[in-house]
Amino acid sequence: MSETRYTEDHEWIRIEGDLGTIGITDYAQNQLGDVVFVELPEVGRTFAKGDEAAVVESVKAASEIFAPVAGEVVAVNQALVENPALANQDAQGEGWFLRLRIGNAAELGALMDEGAYKAFVEGLA
Amino acid sequence: MTSATDIPSPDALPPGGSLRRTPLHALHRELGARLVPFAGYEMPVHYPAGILAEHRQTRIAAGLFDVSHMGQVRLSGPDVVRALERLVPGDIAALAPGRMRYTQFTNAKGGILDDLMVTMGEDHLFLVVNAACKEQDLARLEAGLRDCRIEPLETRALLALQGPAALSVLSRLAPAAARLGFMSGASMNVAGAPAFVTRSGYTGEDGFEISVADAAAEAVARRLLAEPEVAPIGLGARDSLRLEAGLCLYGHDIDEQTTPIEAGLAWSISKRRRAEGGFPGADILRHQLETGVSRRRVGIRLDGRLPAREHCAIAGVNGEGLGEVTSGGFSPGLGTAIAMGYVAAAASAAGTELRLAVRDKALPARVVALPFVPHRYATA
Repeated sequence: MSETRYTEDHEWIRIEGDLGTIGITDYAQNQLGDVVFVELPEVGRTFAKGDEAAVVESVKAASEIFAPVAGEVVAVNQALVENPALANQDAQGEGWFLRLRIGNAAELGALMDEGAYKAFVEGLA
Repeated sequence: MTSATDIPSPDALPPGGSLRRTPLHALHRELGARLVPFAGYEMPVHYPAGILAEHRQTRIAAGLFDVSHMGQVRLSGPDVVRALERLVPGDIAALAPGRMRYTQFTNAKGGILDDLMVTMGEDHLFLVVNAACKEQDLARLEAGLRDCRIEPLETRALLALQGPAALSVLSRLAPAAARLGFMSGASMNVAGAPAFVTRSGYTGEDGFEISVADAAAEAVARRLLAEPEVAPIGLGARDSLRLEAGLCLYGHDIDEQTTPIEAGLAWSISKRRRAEGGFPGADILRHQLETGVSRRRVGIRLDGRLPAREHCAIAGVNGEGLGEVTSGGFSPGLGTAIAMGYVAAAASAAGTELRLAVRDKALPARVVALPFVPHRYATA
């Protein structure tokens, strides 16, 4: 069983047990345009909620990816480093950025569920 | 996720003002363009295909760009050529009818106030200036060309058709286009609409710029887009194409603080104009030509894909400061990041190793000859 939550900065986190997989939403990749470079953190690094966890560079802009919750990096998506276009092609699947061991599950409660995020994005149009 | 930069200039939105629209605005919407503020206009930054695909489209077939935000000006009068030469270092007098040339408006320090294209008509000059500078350029022309007629062509659109297929496409709609040599222009009908067409552009490819009445612009654009080789291209790919072609973007690679000599544009100043002077900053430019400049615009190729964008610091291999990036991005053609910027003259030779500061990194890079991607202009 997994559950996906969203931030107002357009990151998603898919929660499986005490692990959370993080990426950018389809809305975010569409806003960014073609992604040409991603910079991912080292495995073992720890983040507080809101820390800069990764950087994504598109043909248009450089953007930061923030940790939606505190945690320790347990994996990063090397395939995304080699083929940054995965962030455009499958933002919420193959284009994932990193996986955290969630440090404080209580922080998940502040994030949006899918319905709330959809409404949030619609409100931006 | 938050974005640090975006293609449109931060000064794109006029304070408190509303954005202007080109005659193709409704067509951009219909084509699914992402519209952004640029130089006071609401302009397409890209269409659904995206910047990379639009860039490649222009390199392999043809792209149609709306550049109607640019300023078009008609100058006429008995002494208009000499009068314009008092404002620009370009050799306007040497232009035969129908020929065009790139030049700059300069200030008393030799700095660049704008860059522009000048085409010699039978009885007038036709200028194309940058959108963000056009009000100041008109004021400059009005102050400097008192006995000439200055007509801003405010009801004319400008379309650019660029790419290796541009010639065959436009020849179908305007057979006379095939007779235009590179950097020349002529009046002709395009898909039945009276137009002034030049064989020129801003992508490094062969191509045309088509000046037509606002009222005819959408029909001409639709007719061009109906050709199988043509797709609409936004400002995003226009920027990556011109960067690969090593062409300057005003307000970034050249401005009031840079001279045409520092910018590597000395080729645009003829022997006669160097000798005679008679334009703002002539003495300073002549001095720079004779004794050299302390910094130069160079092309920079990075080893990796991470773009080094405008204002990134440029250092030597030992960390010594050399200058700053003025344009930078990912080159779809080369598959690496590329940039242009100014470096100390001693570090401007091709092959010089550099380090570009991006966040906490010093990215390895080297000076390379411009253009990054060879120009493929018409040679006939």
